[in-house]
Amino acid sequence: MLVVGIKSRPVYKGLMIDIHSARHLFALEGEGAEALLEQIKSMGSGFLEKAEILYVGPENPAGKLRELKSFDFWTAPTIPVLLNRLKASLQAARMGTRLYLSGTEGFIGQAMQVALDLGIDFNSIRTEHRGSTARRVQCVHCKGITDNVTTSPFTCSHCGLPLLVRDHYSRRYGAFQGVNIDAEEPGSAPKPEVLFP
Amino acid sequence: MNIEFRQESFRDDFTFRNSPAAIRRFPFPFHEDSYMYSVNMEPHVKGAPGSAFESLIDVDEHYISEMRDREKVLKEDPLRCQALPHMMMAQWDTLELLMEQQAAGYPEHFSLTKDGDNWHWINKPLGIDQKFVFGDVSTLPCEPMEYITRQAQGDFCIVDQRDNNLWMDAGIATTQADWSLDFDIGMNFMEWHGPVPLAHQIGVFERALKFLLNLQQGKPVRRLNWTMTINPRLDTSPENYPKWGPDRATVTPENVGNKVHLRCELQSLWRLPRSNAILFVIRCYLIKMEEVATVPKWARRLPRVLRSLPPELVDYKGLTRYRQTTIDWLSKFDDGAPTSPGIFPD
Repeated sequence: MLVVGIKSRPVYKGLMIDIHSARHLFALEGEGAEALLEQIKSMGSGFLEKAEILYVGPENPAGKLRELKSFDFWTAPTIPVLLNRLKASLQAARMGTRLYLSGTEGFIGQAMQVALDLGIDFNSIRTEHRGSTARRVQCVHCKGITDNVTTSPFTCSHCGLPLLVRDHYSRRYGAFQGVNIDAEEPGSAPKPEVLFP
Repeated sequence: MNIEFRQESFRDDFTFRNSPAAIRRFPFPFHEDSYMYSVNMEPHVKGAPGSAFESLIDVDEHYISEMRDREKVLKEDPLRCQALPHMMMAQWDTLELLMEQQAAGYPEHFSLTKDGDNWHWINKPLGIDQKFVFGDVSTLPCEPMEYITRQAQGDFCIVDQRDNNLWMDAGIATTQADWSLDFDIGMNFMEWHGPVPLAHQIGVFERALKFLLNLQQGKPVRRLNWTMTINPRLDTSPENYPKWGPDRATVTPENVGNKVHLRCELQSLWRLPRSNAILFVIRCYLIKMEEVATVPKWARRLPRVLRSLPPELVDYKGLTRYRQTTIDWLSKFDDGAPTSPGIFPD
């Protein structure tokens, strides 16, 4: 479960299928597939005729998704490849298309960035967090982004400073803020602790 | 009133000082002997001559040196000045407001003449003489917000109003108390205040937002905010924290009077006429403890305030390492006598 009470972090309210949509576009990562499968259990599978599913992650949920009778199903080898495809799908999307994102927070954040860049209102996107609580973090000093951060402090993968992961999230970057933890007394950084397993 | 502008630095050799008159006009942020967050907003109207409220956009003896410091920060890090594309009208509103206010407050230093959309701006302290067409970006050397805020003291955020919220969609921040414009741009009011402790729980931001959504044109409001800074450094950005963070560990009983500075933000908020955005001015003033000590009322009050702070606030404002040393040094000026209400010297 994600820690609650961080004001700047988006609230992931759950996928909740919008039955009135003309089209459903899903971008799912790993355990995010389960979020869709659970919706089918409670909603039935009727909406799948109008659904396009983009997936990245292990084969296991991929197999289950492939068996669904969705209009279109596509798997990507990596997240950046999926994001490219998502962009293409959104560019071709028509009025009445609903976007759904599920997976780790870093994945949701990056997919949301693609949508925001195309002018989609973030309030209209349905999201559900699944999988690890690892964070995507931007170093406030060098501005480099490190994915899948599980500890605080952690070492910036770009400039090498030990960074404290602040509970402050930028939708525009799809990342938390990392701040040098031992700036006041260089060399005094505490040992990393796994806070985001 | 002719201002004598000081040549001074806010980095390296830190030659910044306040003249005796500048000390008297410092906007001391404590109206009583204790402090807690509140919605401390009041109408931004002109105050007494010789105070920082004399003009609604204050220009003081540090003007030229502050503008030089801003230039250095922007050269190192252009991301300190950003505006989302839909904010262009609000940028022009901002340019007009700052030019008009500076010209009204200091006619011997600034002048603005308008002939329809053909405007003529003269800034004597910085040696600028600019003719341009209002609304036509190609007639200025850069976008209007950057152009005018390179000529105005303080940081500036332009917030857009929509969906019953305020969105920080443009700004320039080179004299900020540890927040990142680059990270916060695009956030709404609750989001960009996310890291502030205690205030959310007591409903301060909800009430402040409700109040600001109804801000009217021609009726600006202000509040004072504060923190403390080691050395008179304007650029205490998170970006440069590794550069200024170590200063916090250098305070000793011997140097506290010279090194520790009270940092006051005179924040004013203005509804902009064309864009309906709000201009949020965050004007930073610095004063060292030795200078505070020359005003008996403030020297009595400040150690009392510092003692009253909740631990979360001490931590958030980064005072932990030097608060006690500062209280100890200031306490010799506190004879226990009562202080008069309000922020001004007796």
